[in-house]
Amino acid sequence: MNWGVLLFPGSNCAEDCFHAVDKILGKPVKYLWHKDTDLGDVDAIIIPGGFSYGDHLRPGAIAHLSPAMTAVKEFATNGGFVIGICNGFQILTESRMLPGSLLQNRGLKFLCQDQTLKVDNADTPFTSEYASGDVVVFPIAHNEGNYYAAPDTIAEMEANGQILFRYCSPEGEVSDKTNPNGSINSIAGIINRTGNVVGMMPHPERSADSALGLSDGKGVFVSMLKHLESKQG
Amino acid sequence: MSEKKAGMEKKIWIKAGLTDSEYELLTKHMGREPNTVELALYAQMWSEHCGYTHTRPLFKHFLTTGPRIVQGPGENAGIVDIDDDEVITFKLESHNHPSAIAPFQGAATGVGGIIRDILAMGAYPIASLNSLHFGHPGEKGHTRWLISEVIHGIGEYGNCVGVPTVGGEVRFSNAYKGNPLVNAMCVGFMKKSEIKKAIATGVGNSLMIVGNLTGRDGMGGASFASKDLEEENDEDRGAIQVGDPFMEKLLIEACLEVFEEDYVVGVQDMGAAGILSSSVETASKAGNGVEIDVALVPKREEAMRPEEVMISESQERMLLIVKKGMEEKVNKIFHKWDLHAVIIGKVTDDGLYRVLEDGKTVGEVPVWSLMDAPTYILDAVEPSHLKETMAFKNEQVAQPSDLNEVLVRLLGAPDICSKEWVYRQYDHRIQMNTIVKPGSDAAILRIKGRDKGIGLTMDSNGRYCYLNPRRGAQSIVAESARNQVVSGAEPIAITDGLNFGNPEKPEVYYQLEQSIIGISEACRALDTPVIGGNASLYNQTPEFGSIYPTPIIGMTGLVKSLDHVTTMEFKNNGDYVILIGETKEELGASEYLDVIHNLVTGDVPELDLELERKAQDYVLDIIRKGLVRSAHDLSDGGLAVALAESCIAGELGADVSLDLDMRADALLFGESQTRFMLSADEASTDKIVELAAAQGLEAAVIGRVTEARDILIHNMDEKLINITVDDCRTAFATGFDKLMKTDS
Repeated sequence: MNWGVLLFPGSNCAEDCFHAVDKILGKPVKYLWHKDTDLGDVDAIIIPGGFSYGDHLRPGAIAHLSPAMTAVKEFATNGGFVIGICNGFQILTESRMLPGSLLQNRGLKFLCQDQTLKVDNADTPFTSEYASGDVVVFPIAHNEGNYYAAPDTIAEMEANGQILFRYCSPEGEVSDKTNPNGSINSIAGIINRTGNVVGMMPHPERSADSALGLSDGKGVFVSMLKHLESKQG
Repeated sequence: MSEKKAGMEKKIWIKAGLTDSEYELLTKHMGREPNTVELALYAQMWSEHCGYTHTRPLFKHFLTTGPRIVQGPGENAGIVDIDDDEVITFKLESHNHPSAIAPFQGAATGVGGIIRDILAMGAYPIASLNSLHFGHPGEKGHTRWLISEVIHGIGEYGNCVGVPTVGGEVRFSNAYKGNPLVNAMCVGFMKKSEIKKAIATGVGNSLMIVGNLTGRDGMGGASFASKDLEEENDEDRGAIQVGDPFMEKLLIEACLEVFEEDYVVGVQDMGAAGILSSSVETASKAGNGVEIDVALVPKREEAMRPEEVMISESQERMLLIVKKGMEEKVNKIFHKWDLHAVIIGKVTDDGLYRVLEDGKTVGEVPVWSLMDAPTYILDAVEPSHLKETMAFKNEQVAQPSDLNEVLVRLLGAPDICSKEWVYRQYDHRIQMNTIVKPGSDAAILRIKGRDKGIGLTMDSNGRYCYLNPRRGAQSIVAESARNQVVSGAEPIAITDGLNFGNPEKPEVYYQLEQSIIGISEACRALDTPVIGGNASLYNQTPEFGSIYPTPIIGMTGLVKSLDHVTTMEFKNNGDYVILIGETKEELGASEYLDVIHNLVTGDVPELDLELERKAQDYVLDIIRKGLVRSAHDLSDGGLAVALAESCIAGELGADVSLDLDMRADALLFGESQTRFMLSADEASTDKIVELAAAQGLEAAVIGRVTEARDILIHNMDEKLINITVDDCRTAFATGFDKLMKTDS
């Protein structure tokens, strides 16, 4: 069960993701380099947050052209688990592995806070440790996290259960008032149609280590692990 | 300064920023007149910013050694031991003048510069803090723009480079209207064996420049920082550097990878006066000479003169002293990160600083002479305002009738209100070490894999130092240590940022000297040596005059077990509220006088450093014994504000009764020092009181934490405060928003 954390110039959450898999999950993990075309023996890939290529042009716009992303696409096409967090989510939308795009926060400012989220669909390999309707706390830290997609795309995603997490109040209420960045339908995290590629702005790794007072995020990694293990039989 | 300006423009050394006597001295050192390249070398190295010409003689007061001090002043940053063969390195730096003119870039490059100082020690940068001072926004939009841009600049740089911004302060006074203060601090972590030094040893070793290209940005920044800010400062715009945090991130990764190998003998950040000062300092430490060929320096602009290349302050550059024969190996690692490491010169044995252009010597001076900037001990005269302010008596102000309203106004006041508006723009969670977030007394970071952590604070109080420079400075060190102690950390050491006006004015020099003495006294009493710092003088403008004397203290502390981590918020309904320390009838220098009565006057509250030490040792001891549920120090706004803050953060109320024969406003809002507010359960409360008595310290059980979300304060059976926690929270939470709202 090998995990890979994809490293771009400017990735800055790679070590945190590495820590979550290595120290919290206790599973083997290695860094993957953006110039590599062969990702080697990995079962799940994390595309971490940060400012790949300094966010030049647009967040994720340059990273998605790197050689490793061609390999990541192939990995996903073959059913491999890919999760993009924050900038990783932006890279996945830029590479069209996930629909929509991430616009600047409606407050026009970078926003870092411990954010309550509602689990919208717990019936996926990335969220099975939760129950639908659970309220969890993951930190957010982004300037471009305002999720947008065309209305028919959104309708399709909603109908398919592709929304995994929505921003909400501590009581679980989803409304415009509790939406920190202006995302359409308060969307915080999504999954692709085939159910193996996830993108989310909140950072599950940052709430995976209970020593920091937050532990809700661990469920994402445990869900993935259990499904990978059962897949491998 | 004015005498220099009068009709002496023709002397080139005056234009370069040197005095007649300095010019005379340097010609004596050289044995001849300098050429333009050589003159530029001296002008930069002998500026206050590089040479500490006015502050160096005063540094002798500082305690700089101690059992935990691994590296004191003199390197890129100081280092302290945190046990287990692990160390942290930290320093602060000012970027006041650049931030006044180009606030976004000025603040951003301030963050970048101090991160590189930490990197140059061989450490991984794990946290940033900042101390910001602005004028009151008032009617005009300019100050709001400054605030917004400075905060944006700090956030953009720190967020991108991946170093969490975990704490600091934002303070306001019109003393900073024309000259805001932007001081940034960075903290790095490493194993003791990984420490690097800024030294150019080994004759024949190569000087390699890594990182960004060199351009004309930041021309003469060191000397720009060493003169008054003028109103018409467009010509200084060339002295502003432009930051690239993406480059910095790559530089960090590449440098740390190179440091893992045995290729490098010395490292120095290129800060003020760029290639020049970094190479002079490394050569001087080794007693060697260096030669640098400006033609070899990768440039982004054409036709740069040799002296421009030498003093450029282009950002994101480092100097590596690389073992002869290892240059290609170093370059290979930089290549991996799409960077270059380029040989620009070598270490020599002749003790000379030689500048070449295409192999031809264009300047040559003794290394020691560049480091031997003349120092000045100037006349100190007690500022005239002190006669009046020291004579202040409490009776001069009438006590307001509605004390609830006073509390609400104080909670919403710029210096006290929540700074969430600011720190939610900073990534304070990245690197996954932040245990106690911004908005608390001290930020606490864990050390991964260990049951220990570090406490980080940055504090100042310009008003205190304006009203009593010596005691004011003592108070800041004491308050920093209080913030550490209440968080469960044992204070270790400080870095100081000395922000003052023009020292050539005797009243300013007095403030500088007295503040340094005050810092020194407190550091000795509290056993927190000074391991490095920064001086920023000439902070004044023709329109607004001199800033308040503003020493800023960055302090680190050691949390010996994460079980000791303590926060300010009340935890449980029914817990007892305990006040440690004596409340005196002191209104002088308070936030209350400033905000409510519009008066900056009076003396700074009394401070007994021996008692302070005893009280801090006691508080840390009872925290370590596990007796304390919450702890908060009493500072701006006094007892009532501290109580309200513990209630707001804990979403609980408090019912408190005192028995003190004094004015209600002094009791509630006076800032008597050496006080702490704790909460504890019943059994622990008895022990806390008992242990205090054994130490001869005052500990009064003043009330209970309540579920009813009200704050009640009685004194001698008279009701002084009766207000809901929600009203307090609203004032506290919205203060900064209101400040930033454009009315017009």
